[in-house]
Amino acid sequence: MTKWTMVADLRRCVGCQTCTAACKHANATPPGVQWRRVLDMEFGEYPNVQRAFVPTGCQHCDEPPCMDVCPTTATRKRPDGIVTIDYDLCIGCAYCAVACPYQARYKTQKASFAYGTPTATETQRRDDARLAVATKCTFCVDRIDAGLAQGLTPGIDPVATPACVNSCIAQALAFGDADDPASNVSQLLAENQHFRMHEEVGTGPNFHYLWDRADTADAAEEPTEAPR
Amino acid sequence: MSYGPNPWQQLHWDARAAGNFIGGGGGSGLIVATALSGVQGAVRTGLLLAGLALVGFGLVCVWFEIGRPLRALNVVLNPRTSWMSREALAGMALFPVTAATVFFWPVALWLAAPLALVYLYCQSRMLRAARGIPAWREPLTSPLILSTGLTEGLGLLVATAPLHHAVTPNMLATLSALVVVRIALWFSYRNRLGSHTAARATLALDGAGRWLLAAGTAAPLVLLLALLTSPLPHLLVAPATVLAGLLAWGAGAWMKFVLITRAAFNQGFALTRLPVRGVRA
Repeated sequence: MTKWTMVADLRRCVGCQTCTAACKHANATPPGVQWRRVLDMEFGEYPNVQRAFVPTGCQHCDEPPCMDVCPTTATRKRPDGIVTIDYDLCIGCAYCAVACPYQARYKTQKASFAYGTPTATETQRRDDARLAVATKCTFCVDRIDAGLAQGLTPGIDPVATPACVNSCIAQALAFGDADDPASNVSQLLAENQHFRMHEEVGTGPNFHYLWDRADTADAAEEPTEAPR
Repeated sequence: MSYGPNPWQQLHWDARAAGNFIGGGGGSGLIVATALSGVQGAVRTGLLLAGLALVGFGLVCVWFEIGRPLRALNVVLNPRTSWMSREALAGMALFPVTAATVFFWPVALWLAAPLALVYLYCQSRMLRAARGIPAWREPLTSPLILSTGLTEGLGLLVATAPLHHAVTPNMLATLSALVVVRIALWFSYRNRLGSHTAARATLALDGAGRWLLAAGTAAPLVLLLALLTSPLPHLLVAPATVLAGLLAWGAGAWMKFVLITRAAFNQGFALTRLPVRGVRA
């Protein structure tokens, strides 16, 4: 089986938001909609303060609560783990948006443009099917499918890889098949300590955060725990 | 202490969604209460139609909230896992069966009442399934919404007593028991939720809880006990009955309004570990 997974190395991310911009460019999302966003988080009290940049978005969960609550079956999960939305079925009830523990879903009621009136690009790429329905990160599923059809490897070949990963200036984002022990993401997960956000909710997110090397677990444990 | 994107009140479901829970809960509760009360004739007809109107009001609220209202019938496509689909299907059955009860087949009431209960139960499970909102996903949300709907329904039946004079001591006693059950469930819910939600959500919930205790429980209990145990002056019986019913209904409706529009903070984002950067000794 294949299980597409995103890995974000918190040590590498510098918060440049290039992935956010690349996602917006690739997916033509309207202002205020960030399928891939980077949180700027600060922990501690002066002078012991630490800052972390945290890429986030749809986690393509193993047990997606958005899919269970969806009354129309618009939200589905593919065998390769990617959670999709059928814009033609969705009624825009936003039940999925309140069921998502990661605030990954958006609903844009009306078309909006970066500068008030649509630019030539916005006019060309406007998609009214995405208005008044739920939208979210797709892991650039079209690129993955097209790449696989050409015999390419998502996560390795840029043409078959999500735009955010391609654009990352620090190689903080990685994408690949977690079910393949030889894949890039499997190796990253084996070589590093990692966690998933809000695991206690039990959705099985497929977005892993690397925070330290695997061989420094004991030394690092106490001083690096984030305040809750 | 952490700074950054703190939890915020979700804005996807607003007063229109609350309207569905208030109308649907009170309406289905009223149909159940009407069936169990044993009232007959025009009174029963009026109460059942009022219950249906409330359920319909709630559904219209939702219709105004969804992004693609012309596709509204798609809502029934996922009864396998979605409580919203199940609620819609129960609602679709509730309307014709209750209408049949009213207009030509009175015995169908014993189908309408269970359907109303199913509708209410589905509604009670909807919030619990929303795992992005800590104040909703707490398991006791379900019995709380269920008990609130039943209390609201009987409260409305009691509040309309001057119109039909069908209220009995048994109904008053049942309403007394229901407000007690509801407040007990509320306190259990709050205890279990604890501080596992945003501080502003807690403030909103506690405010609603105070209203539920004072206006939705203590005040109606005093009035109901007075009606049940000591004969009030004749002039006061009707106002006391109406007020007790309205308070039992209104405080529950307000609690649901607050739960959906003011206490529905998401859980924000959290890191269990911070990145280890640089050279460690």
